[in-house]
Amino acid sequence: MALDTDQTTPAAARHVVLLVATRKGAWLYHSDAARGSWRADGPHFLGHIISHLKLDPRDGRTLLAAAKTGHLGPTIFRSTDFGGSWKEAAKPPAFAAAAAGATGEAGRAVDHTFWLTPGPGAEPGVWYAGTSPQGLFRSEDGGVSWAPFSRVNDDAQYRQWMGTVQDGTPDGPKLHSIIVDPRDPAHLYIAMSGGGVHESTDGGTSFHPLIDGLEVVEGFDRSNVSFHDPHCLRMAPSRPDRLYQQNHCGIYRLDRPATTWQRIGRNMPAEVGDIGFPLVVHPRDADTAWVLPMDGSTVWPRTSPGGKPAVYATRNGGDSWKRLDAGLPPGEAWWTVKRQAMTADALDPVGLYFGTTSGELWASRDEGRNWDCIARHLPEIYAVEAAELAA
Amino acid sequence: MKVLIPSALRSYTESGWAEANGATLTDVLADLDRRYPGIRFRMIDEQNRIRPHIRFFIGGVQARDLAQALDPNDELLIVQALSGG
Repeated sequence: MALDTDQTTPAAARHVVLLVATRKGAWLYHSDAARGSWRADGPHFLGHIISHLKLDPRDGRTLLAAAKTGHLGPTIFRSTDFGGSWKEAAKPPAFAAAAAGATGEAGRAVDHTFWLTPGPGAEPGVWYAGTSPQGLFRSEDGGVSWAPFSRVNDDAQYRQWMGTVQDGTPDGPKLHSIIVDPRDPAHLYIAMSGGGVHESTDGGTSFHPLIDGLEVVEGFDRSNVSFHDPHCLRMAPSRPDRLYQQNHCGIYRLDRPATTWQRIGRNMPAEVGDIGFPLVVHPRDADTAWVLPMDGSTVWPRTSPGGKPAVYATRNGGDSWKRLDAGLPPGEAWWTVKRQAMTADALDPVGLYFGTTSGELWASRDEGRNWDCIARHLPEIYAVEAAELAA
Repeated sequence: MKVLIPSALRSYTESGWAEANGATLTDVLADLDRRYPGIRFRMIDEQNRIRPHIRFFIGGVQARDLAQALDPNDELLIVQALSGG
């Protein structure tokens, strides 16, 4: 089974595999050539909390799974045969030991690895991992051994911006959305919930905040990086200078080299708002992106607004948005889609996929116009990734 | 000494009981990790703290200090303690 990375290949020559990470294990869903029927492979790691399951696009067969269980510490499992067999990383991500006599939160421990990003093609074997609490790690041997990466983990200013575990999201503060510029492996972006969006131009040796234009919760100081909560940062694959972001406080776009984010979520319908977790960008059209809004009012229910889930698409970089809900439940559907649980394939037309907190897996073969539920009754879905394999 | 392995860690030992030697709990866990690479980090974090849902019992008494001395005739019981869905 070989990965075909040519993004112009007709859909008939490939099939899509969805990599589904859940609170109780992982599943691989293989499509037929028409993306009309799906075959489940799983569970893998039944009972393990899998935060992210990611394919190495450089070889098309290596999978990394970020895992822990209720009882045990975190680890990384690695497969070199597309899930046929798994082996644990020899040295999973772990913070440096605190200096003798250090007090307070000086000695942090990784609770779980939350995010996995394979490095660029020019750096085979390189992977990045983001953890909870916020930490950035790098492997140079395909995910077998991991080491703290850059000054972010221990820098006093960054530690202040990260806050403590008490300041974080309900299941722990996270470093996520690790993006490597495909034109320059030394150009990186990361995001932290909380702790803002950051950029490195020196291969991760140092980072600087990239938060101008982003709003924060009313009453807080937007110049304080600590108060920024980017939910999901994405680079447009066809235009690496374009970034999109779903934030705790709106949907944004940034066209580099500019440094001020534009709140394109202001163009969403007011009754729906522009709060959510995931955001997906079209693989070939940087003006097209999709979001899946949630209810961010009052106590933050984080459910579909009004119990009526819908994807919203923009075809013009966020100037306008269109509701796409054909096939989705017309009401009484109170789920959420988490930040890693929505993705796209690179076929034409683009396939869109998302997994819900209620364990349903949804697919669209026509860029969101029509939706089908392809699996239900799974555990809470944390992440969905799409891989394309030769048929 | 004999070490009782909880079900969550038997993917490492493939058995409910394992053998490991050492003068302290630290030493025994290090020996266990030599025999079953990776098992210690699932129980002890990078700051040398016992993870929240792991308990060690020696002679029926909970051991909270990794420096605790052990007798070769002791049995070490590793217990997973977790509730919830």
